[in-house]
Amino acid sequence: MTTVTTLAEAVAELVSDGDTIALEGFTHLIPVAAGHEIIRQHRRELTVVRMTPDIVYDQLIGAGCVAKMIFSWGGNPGVGSLHRFRDAVEHGWPRPLEIEEHSHAGMANRYAAGASGLPFAVLRGYRGTDLVAHTATIATVTCPFTGEELTAVPAINPDVSVIHAQQADRAGNVMMWGITGVQKEAVLAAHRALVTVEEIVDELRPRPGGVVLPSWALSHVAHVPGGAHPSYAQGYSTRDNAYYTAWDEISKDRDRFCEWIDTHVHAASAAGVGE
Amino acid sequence: MTGPAVPFSRDDALTVAASRCLRNGQVCFVGIGLPSTAANLARRTHAPDLVLVYESGTLGSKPTRLPLSIGDGELADTADSVISVPEVFNYWLQPGRVDVGFLGGAQVDRFANINSTVIGDYAAPKVRLPGAGGAPEIAASCREVVIMLRQTPRAFVERVDFVSSVGFGAGAGDRERLGLRGAGPQTVVTDHCIMRPDPETCELMLTALQPGVSLDDAVAAAGWALRVADHVEALTPPDGDELAALRALQATVAAPSGHAA
Repeated sequence: MTTVTTLAEAVAELVSDGDTIALEGFTHLIPVAAGHEIIRQHRRELTVVRMTPDIVYDQLIGAGCVAKMIFSWGGNPGVGSLHRFRDAVEHGWPRPLEIEEHSHAGMANRYAAGASGLPFAVLRGYRGTDLVAHTATIATVTCPFTGEELTAVPAINPDVSVIHAQQADRAGNVMMWGITGVQKEAVLAAHRALVTVEEIVDELRPRPGGVVLPSWALSHVAHVPGGAHPSYAQGYSTRDNAYYTAWDEISKDRDRFCEWIDTHVHAASAAGVGE
Repeated sequence: MTGPAVPFSRDDALTVAASRCLRNGQVCFVGIGLPSTAANLARRTHAPDLVLVYESGTLGSKPTRLPLSIGDGELADTADSVISVPEVFNYWLQPGRVDVGFLGGAQVDRFANINSTVIGDYAAPKVRLPGAGGAPEIAASCREVVIMLRQTPRAFVERVDFVSSVGFGAGAGDRERLGLRGAGPQTVVTDHCIMRPDPETCELMLTALQPGVSLDDAVAAAGWALRVADHVEALTPPDGDELAALRALQATVAAPSGHAA
C-alpha cells in the first residue's frame, strides 16, 4: 500500500547509493523535481535508466550522481545536445560515464518484459545496426515455432521507478492522462515506485485515455505541484520551451552549470518546487 | 504554380521537396525537426488526410502549431488516439502498418545508412550525438523511408562512422539477408538534390536537382563520388501556395506554448 509523504522523505527512503533508477516520462510528465531531490541528497553511483534522458538526466550526470546510463535517445528535445552528458562521455567529467545504448523499441520492450515478470523480450529490431556490436544486452533468439531469428533484450527491473502524474486520491491511487509514454511499464517493472503528483483529490474521476495505477502497485506518493517543470502536466501546465532553450547555454560551461546546480537545486528546497 | 515567383531559401526548397514525397492518405511516422515541418506542410497543402504518427504515442495528430518536441500537448490534444510507447512500436510500427518513415540524421552514406550516434570512435567519440531513438526500427519496418538532410560532404559520407539505422547495409541483398521487411530509403531529399537507390546496386544516385543548384555543386556536396542518373529531373521550385503554407506553419513556432522560466 502506498505511503503518501513528502518528496524528501520518499527519496530518502527509496533511493540508495548504487541503485538502478528510472525517472520516466516522454516529454510530458517528467519527474524533474524528484531528480533534483536525488541530487540534493547526494546520491552516488546510480545506474539511471530512461528512453529519452533529457535535461534532468543531464543535471544528474553533471552533479556526479551517475555511474552508468541505459538509454535510447539522450538529447534536449527540439534544442540539441545534452552538454553534461557529452562532457561525461567525451571527457569523463565529472566522472566517466558507462553507457548501455538501445533503440526506443528495445527499451520499451525491456520495460514491458520487466513489468510482465519475464526475463527477456522478443522483437524485430537492431538487425544490421552497429548497436549489436557495442551493446552486450542485445542478442538473437530463434522462434521455437517458426525457426525465425529474432532479437532478444533482457528485462529492465529498476530498484526504483519514479514518475510524475496529474492526480492521486488520499488513499494513494494515481491517475495520469495525455501522453503517458512507458510510465506504466516502468512502475510495474520496478521493485519500488514513487509517484509525484500535481494534485491530491478526494475522488479520481475517469478521463478519456486515463491510466490509473492503484495504490497497492506503488510504494510512495508525494504531492509536488509543478514537479514536472520545465516539462508539463496536461491540464495543469504547459511546456516551458524557453527553459529548454536556456539550458543549452547554462549546461555548455562547467562553472556555469555548477553555479546553476548550487543555486537552483542545492539552495532550493523540495517544498519550493513549482513556485 | 500560381502567381509570380516568391523568394525561398535552400531550407525551404528542402522542406517543400520532402513534403511532396508524401501522398494523401498515407500513414507517416514522423521524427521531430525538419521531417515534422515537412509532414505538417504536406497536410496543409496536397495531403490533408496524411496520418501523422509520433513516437510519443499519438496516432493521427493534426497539430495546428508546429511542435517543438515529439511529446507536445498539441499532438495529444489533436490525435485520433493516444497510446503507450510500447504499443506504438509493437502494434503499429513492427507489423508494417506505417507507409512512410520520415527520418533525419547526422550522417548518411552511399548506401543510405544513417548515423545518429557518434562521430568518430564509439568508445572515444569526437562528438557524442543523442543516439538512435526510434529510428532503427522505423528504418526497418516502415514500407518505405524518406531521409531528409542538409547536404554537406561531412554529412554525406562514403561510410557512416556508426550504423544507427540500416539503409541498404553494404549493398543489394543486405536488407533481405537481415530480414528487414520494409523497402528502405527510397528517397533522400537534400537542399541540393534528390537521391534514389540504384535498383540494381542500391547505391544512392542523384536523380533530381533542386532549383538553382548546378550538377557540379550537388555532386561536390557529397563526400563520395556521387553517381548521377542518366536522366536528371529539375525539381519544380516551391510555389506561392506552398511557401505561404510553410510561412504560416513556421509562424506558429514563434508563439510557443510554454512560458519563460
